[in-house]
Amino acid sequence: MTSIENLKSFDPFADTGDDDSQPTNYLHIRIQQRNGRKTLTTVQGLPSEYDSKRILKVLKKDFGCNGNVVKDEELGDVIQLQGDQRAKVLEFLTTQLGLKKKTIKVHGF
Amino acid sequence: MSAEETTPTVEDISLDGLKKKKKSKTTSEPTTDSTDATGEDDLFGGLKKKKKKKSKDSAKEKTGTEELEDGIEDLGLGPKKKKSTKKKKADSSFDKELEKAGLSSTTAEAESSNTESTIATEVGLSYEDLLERFFTVLKTNNPELAGERSGVRLKIPPPIVAREPKKTIFSNVKDISQKLQRDPEHVIQYLFAELGTSGSIDGKEQLIIKGKFMQKQLEYVLKKYILEYVTCQTCRSINTKLVRENANRLYFMVCNSCGSTRSVSSIKTGFQAAVGRRKRTG
Repeated sequence: MTSIENLKSFDPFADTGDDDSQPTNYLHIRIQQRNGRKTLTTVQGLPSEYDSKRILKVLKKDFGCNGNVVKDEELGDVIQLQGDQRAKVLEFLTTQLGLKKKTIKVHGF
Repeated sequence: MSAEETTPTVEDISLDGLKKKKKSKTTSEPTTDSTDATGEDDLFGGLKKKKKKKSKDSAKEKTGTEELEDGIEDLGLGPKKKKSTKKKKADSSFDKELEKAGLSSTTAEAESSNTESTIATEVGLSYEDLLERFFTVLKTNNPELAGERSGVRLKIPPPIVAREPKKTIFSNVKDISQKLQRDPEHVIQYLFAELGTSGSIDGKEQLIIKGKFMQKQLEYVLKKYILEYVTCQTCRSINTKLVRENANRLYFMVCNSCGSTRSVSSIKTGFQAAVGRRKRTG
């Protein structure tokens, strides 16, 4: 690919920058370690048609944990939940909200 | 089997061959008389081959009456039953073993060799014959193309983990990244992004990760890394290279064995929640 020098100036297939992963709109479920054996689950990239506050309300009740919505400039609304709720969140998103499993990425160990 | 292939893990990658054999064994065994199989097993020393042998033998006993046809099959002339590559692999070992053992299956061997010669003389070279020859030649010259799965394709040393109260020391990152032909930095970056922590490398080239992690957990993350950034999705080989394209700043993975290229997403840390002591902003 690099051998053709002329084409370097403009590559129509090149990504245009940071919006590369945005069209695919992955939903990331992450885990973070806190002090001790406590953890934090974050859900990032929830589609904008869903009301994250209402979802949080349901999640909190279902999982029996606290949590909140963090507004990030770049990443939008991020749901934070106490504890390792990754599997439960995944199940909730797929069954209750009807999101496809393909679009959800579960990170962490 | 296909399910196994779609979700390959490190174990699967290394143990692929064995698993297949086990399956074939268990499926075909009930129809055979067990005494025969075990008796023959004693004659053959090899551990891995034993399994192959068993399955093959049992297949033979199943069709006991049609010994002729079986003999042909054993020599790779009848491709009806199994996939070609698998069969060939089993066959070659089987043939070797036949020669070694010579005992129980001499009759079959003799007959089969007879039939082979007769076929060769009568029909000239049959398609199966040619196919067989092609595959043996291909296998001897470059086994990768013949779809040969060597028993152990990739052996990754398990992450060695020592733990301090709040840190995890991952001492053989460098080894592992070398085995995977990846920059240690890249591996570490991925680990940090996945685990949602940070860390550093100490003087002895050990990685120190903040937070407590078990060996199993790190292994799982490494597996994910391998799946995403190391294995070629076309040929499943791990003989790949990660190239950064300067023009568009994207990472591309070039497979050294099949030549395919695919773009891999860059490692993104994503949202990091504030953990620990909060900064006073107001």
